[in-house]
Amino acid sequence: MAGGTGGGETITMATHESGLPAVHEHAAPQGFIRKWVFSLDHKVIGLQYYFLALAAVFVGMFLSLLMRIHLIWPAATLPLLGDIKPETYLTLVTMHGTIMVFFVLTTAPQGGFGNYFLPIQIGAPDMAFPVLNMLSFWTTFLGFIVMIAAFFVAGGAPLHGWTGYAPLSAVQSAGPGEGLGADLWIISIAIFCIGALMGALNFITTTLDMRAKGMTLMRMPLTCWAWFVTAILGLLAFGVLLSAGILLLMDRNLGTSFFVPLITVNGQLTGHKGGSPLLWQHLFWFFGHPEVYIAILPAMGMCSQLLSVFSRKPIFGYKAMVYAILGIGFLGFMVWGHHMFMSGMSPYTAFAFSIMTMGIGVPSAIKTFNWLGTLWGGRIRFASPMLFAIGFVSLFVSGGISGPFLAQPVLDIQLHDTAFVPAHFHLIMGVASIFGIFAATYYWFPKMFGRMMNETLARWHFFISLIGTYAVFMPMHYAGMAGQPRRYSQFTEVHYLASLIPLNKFITFAAFVTIAGQLFFVVNLFWSMFKGPKASDNPWEATTLEWTTATPPPHDNFGGKTPVVHNGPYEYNVPGAPRDYVMQNDPEIKAAH
Amino acid sequence: MGLILLVVIWLITLISTYFFVAKTWWLPAGASAAAAGIDHHFTTTYILMGIVFVAAQLALGFFVWKYREGGSPSKVHYSHGNAGLEIVWTLLTTVLFVGLNLATYPLWSAERFNAAGPSAIPVEVTGMQFAWYFRYPGPDGKFGATKPELEDASAGGEAALGLDPKDPASKDDVVTGTMVVPVNREVEVILRAHDVIHSFFIPQMRFKQDAVPGLAIHMHFTPIQTGDYEILCAELCGLGHYKMHGMLKVVSQEEFDKWLAAREAEKQ
Repeated sequence: MAGGTGGGETITMATHESGLPAVHEHAAPQGFIRKWVFSLDHKVIGLQYYFLALAAVFVGMFLSLLMRIHLIWPAATLPLLGDIKPETYLTLVTMHGTIMVFFVLTTAPQGGFGNYFLPIQIGAPDMAFPVLNMLSFWTTFLGFIVMIAAFFVAGGAPLHGWTGYAPLSAVQSAGPGEGLGADLWIISIAIFCIGALMGALNFITTTLDMRAKGMTLMRMPLTCWAWFVTAILGLLAFGVLLSAGILLLMDRNLGTSFFVPLITVNGQLTGHKGGSPLLWQHLFWFFGHPEVYIAILPAMGMCSQLLSVFSRKPIFGYKAMVYAILGIGFLGFMVWGHHMFMSGMSPYTAFAFSIMTMGIGVPSAIKTFNWLGTLWGGRIRFASPMLFAIGFVSLFVSGGISGPFLAQPVLDIQLHDTAFVPAHFHLIMGVASIFGIFAATYYWFPKMFGRMMNETLARWHFFISLIGTYAVFMPMHYAGMAGQPRRYSQFTEVHYLASLIPLNKFITFAAFVTIAGQLFFVVNLFWSMFKGPKASDNPWEATTLEWTTATPPPHDNFGGKTPVVHNGPYEYNVPGAPRDYVMQNDPEIKAAH
Repeated sequence: MGLILLVVIWLITLISTYFFVAKTWWLPAGASAAAAGIDHHFTTTYILMGIVFVAAQLALGFFVWKYREGGSPSKVHYSHGNAGLEIVWTLLTTVLFVGLNLATYPLWSAERFNAAGPSAIPVEVTGMQFAWYFRYPGPDGKFGATKPELEDASAGGEAALGLDPKDPASKDDVVTGTMVVPVNREVEVILRAHDVIHSFFIPQMRFKQDAVPGLAIHMHFTPIQTGDYEILCAELCGLGHYKMHGMLKVVSQEEFDKWLAAREAEKQ
């Protein structure tokens, strides 16, 4: 297949758009340590983030497997692990959620692919601050080590859930794991926040300052828009979580009472007085809700990109997509209270939050319409990245339509804290985001590793994952409607839950199959890295700048030349053009819109 | 591949929808005055979202098949979108989503903005790791004082609540481990928690509210059907969360009066 290399005009690299000297220039590193460990190259850092997330996702997935086993065989003794006690189950819940949200869903799409491809897609030789970039990865890595360490200290990991509601999380005697394990959990998240803040600053500066000549904001691929807005969300959200975490640590260890009123635990006064448990929830969800969009926006960007590439059609409504991303980012900060309808917050506030929340459904719906509009009238190629992008749309719709149930306080009365909630957020921010990560992996693997992945294994992986995901999470909606609460380690104490055990068995078996199906991915990933057929520079015949450079890209991305951009990112099947795609750095096209 | 995708996406949609429509698993039958209104709005939302779900998935499956490479001989339709269409579906979804929510205003205000009526029966509900206690004010109509330093969870009953015996109002307070209320009479629930956050959840009453330490949260509901209903804790509260279980008995007014009189007599 024809590559796009050399198709465009280039200028030398000493200056960029603003005419300022390129401060980020640094020579290609020598030696293993500087090249692969403490690397300043955004591509290597992107891969480091990606493999960190890959390690984390296996830990998180393993924990969920143990949870599913315990739920249907509460008395089972597992080899090496022994009995799972009720508190162990809650530890699994907590660590599964925390690891998945922070170290997978925040780490892979933004830290991984964003780091690798944002600079290349905007025509920059690296991120704006390479040293800061290296630091942000190693900070995140340290956070992960501290998080895992919580498993191995006396008392084990905490049981307070990934949301860490005070006072359960704020008082050491409130349960097993609420000692050192909980301190490590908070410290790990605080470290993660610092890493995420450094990353966010870097992404924002890079997007604003480092774009190649001609790469106007409205010519940026939607992936770049998504990473950019995600970075802004991260900058505003992680600072709040960091502060809240520090206050929580002080409550736990220094005798302050930010989140703890006068309470007795196990018949003992704790010495706290006057704090507000709801304050923690406000601070946590002020971060926590934007976090949902931090996880899903990059996947939305990738999906938009892939639907256009593989439909051989411009994205439907590019501007509307940009406005929708901005709208989601903006509204994302005004809806956190919908997690707190049953918390004791003022019901008037609750109603206001619910209107904003229903409002954020609008840009999400616009995106779905535009994805369908992109497919309409296209000529779809079913390569593996496209399969996962189509799967993403399906999951996004399915996870999305349960949102308006939870967003309306009167319905949330019944559904809040039932299995309906994990069903909703796993489909939309969990698996849909993961499908975005898979799609991005299959799509960019040839660029990152210079080899193609195996399509047959990828198809098996796709169909098992798609069907398996629905088999796991659709029934959770039914269980939630029937009144199955979240975070129950056993269904033995509440009589009516006995009738839901068969449904839960089905979910567990579906989870076995889905998790086993991920082996197709792992085998494909590592096998293809070394044995896959060599990839050309532009195997998908796509238009964005990463496909104009060598595979894998050289240290400075464009081999000493900076591309000049003349076209939008999604010019496919332009009437009158010589081939069915026009590279962004090809001479400017004049087509009737 | 287009056809396989169409079949898989349509099958997933139809199977998922079947179980929703057949109501194989559904909300437990409502037994409170508010349940009918809430369930009605649930059904409205469910029909509207069901239509969106089925339409979007069927369209997705159909498009990937119809517009597969090699399937449609016609040229690719080169288009950057349609501003008119964008405006239409933006307005439509705004009206649908926000309108749907505004329609719940009367229900939500009845549930949460309005206080319980003067004839409501007050019951104080206290959550602690891992039990629910219920307190009735007795003939004087007043709840006696409680003191955290007097709390003794292991002793149960009044001692668990830390009831202050020096307060005259506490003398006739009745503390029980089962909640008993008369049918067709509003119940004013005063929710408290001693240690961590719990959540008072009675599925058939369509009632859920967190019990937060440091706050006394006033809520209300009206049971309209006699029977026994399970009470669950819905907010993660520690290792015994799954067994923090209680019972609500809804009985006739006479039975309730008899039961309460007997409890009060025990106190004398």
